[in-house]
Amino acid sequence: MANTKEVRKQIASIKGTQKITSAMEMVAASKMKKTQDTMLEGRPYSLKIKDVISHIATANSEYPHPFYEERTPKKACFIVVSSDKGLCGGLNINLFKQVIAKSSELNEQEIGSCFALIGTKASGFFKSVGGEVIAVAEKLGDKPNPDDLIGLTKVVLDMHKNGEIDQAYLCSNIFVNTMTQQPNVEQLIPLAPIEQDEPNSTQWDYIYEPEAKELLDGLLTRYIESLIYQAVIENNACEQAAKMIAMKNATDNAGDLIKELELLYNNVRQAAITQELSEIVGGASAV
Amino acid sequence: MNTIKINIVSSSEEIYSGEATMVFATGTLGELGIAPGHTPLLTGLAPGPVRVQNGSEEEAFFCSGGFLEVQPDLVTVLSDTAERADSLDESEAIKAKEIAEQELANKDATLDYAKASAQLAEAVARLKTIQKLRKKQ
Repeated sequence: MANTKEVRKQIASIKGTQKITSAMEMVAASKMKKTQDTMLEGRPYSLKIKDVISHIATANSEYPHPFYEERTPKKACFIVVSSDKGLCGGLNINLFKQVIAKSSELNEQEIGSCFALIGTKASGFFKSVGGEVIAVAEKLGDKPNPDDLIGLTKVVLDMHKNGEIDQAYLCSNIFVNTMTQQPNVEQLIPLAPIEQDEPNSTQWDYIYEPEAKELLDGLLTRYIESLIYQAVIENNACEQAAKMIAMKNATDNAGDLIKELELLYNNVRQAAITQELSEIVGGASAV
Repeated sequence: MNTIKINIVSSSEEIYSGEATMVFATGTLGELGIAPGHTPLLTGLAPGPVRVQNGSEEEAFFCSGGFLEVQPDLVTVLSDTAERADSLDESEAIKAKEIAEQELANKDATLDYAKASAQLAEAVARLKTIQKLRKKQ
């Protein structure tokens, strides 16, 4: 039978853990608000650039861009967005599972895979799993800067330009609400043609200053950068929400555990008292 | 009076949204003045001021580069948040690869030079904007 001192020690240690997890829950809750705000601040740019891109799609441009070109795929690149820190439940691992599933699906069609990783967790995971890693961006913090992603994006786009990869997928979590985050693998290149509201009735094109090629190259690069940046800040909001839920669960579980242990403690204490009493009674009757 | 809708956004925030009678910007090929009904135009932006005139009121924003799209009734300015130059992008790309290869970052003198020259160009443009604004006051 466990003795009372041991049980008491265990309860104290779990109470300590509970304090930590509940503090982390509160930190995550306050950060979640901030990351959601950042997510909303980034939205106007991505909407506007989408508008411009769709205008360009309706214009009769003299220069078809390689990002729209469907090639026979031989190799695909996965841009995987993960968190830098752990303790956020199954957020990262659920995403990685989807990535691996998609990658092996492509493998069956004899399409190779390589990975461009954002976040410490992704680089740690793919280091242990294996796989060709072409670029890594880590430690972006709670408020990521779009500039931190330029390098990674360029590596991927350069490989596409040189024909080393034919497809690119963006893998990240989508923020549905605080309780739900949806892992998502989305095709980035070739770009999906943007739906046009009205048929192309008038024949018009932009005046390009300087060259159409140069401008569209730059603009579409920015577009892809903005998609990746949006994914990163959305993933950040997901991370904080998932962390808050995970820490809330941990706090609740610690509470349950403490309740069970207190019951055990009382049982043990009562048993000890009963035993002592019966010993005293036994002793008295013997005298 | 005719007006044209103008939106100025950068990747981290919305900077300005409203109506204008005239918009001035610094394109890569020179200064632009855009009035309502302008023909569709797509151009790059050089670091410099973007001025929005609405009647007698005028507002100016500093833009460190980006893109400008003009539709007959709409102007969209997609501003970059950072200094961008091909050589600088290149150095960022190399950095991302280096981390991937888990190599110790060995700072190359030429990379720093590229960054410094891009920053200098932006600083000069920023000064120009300030001087222009000062003259008006």
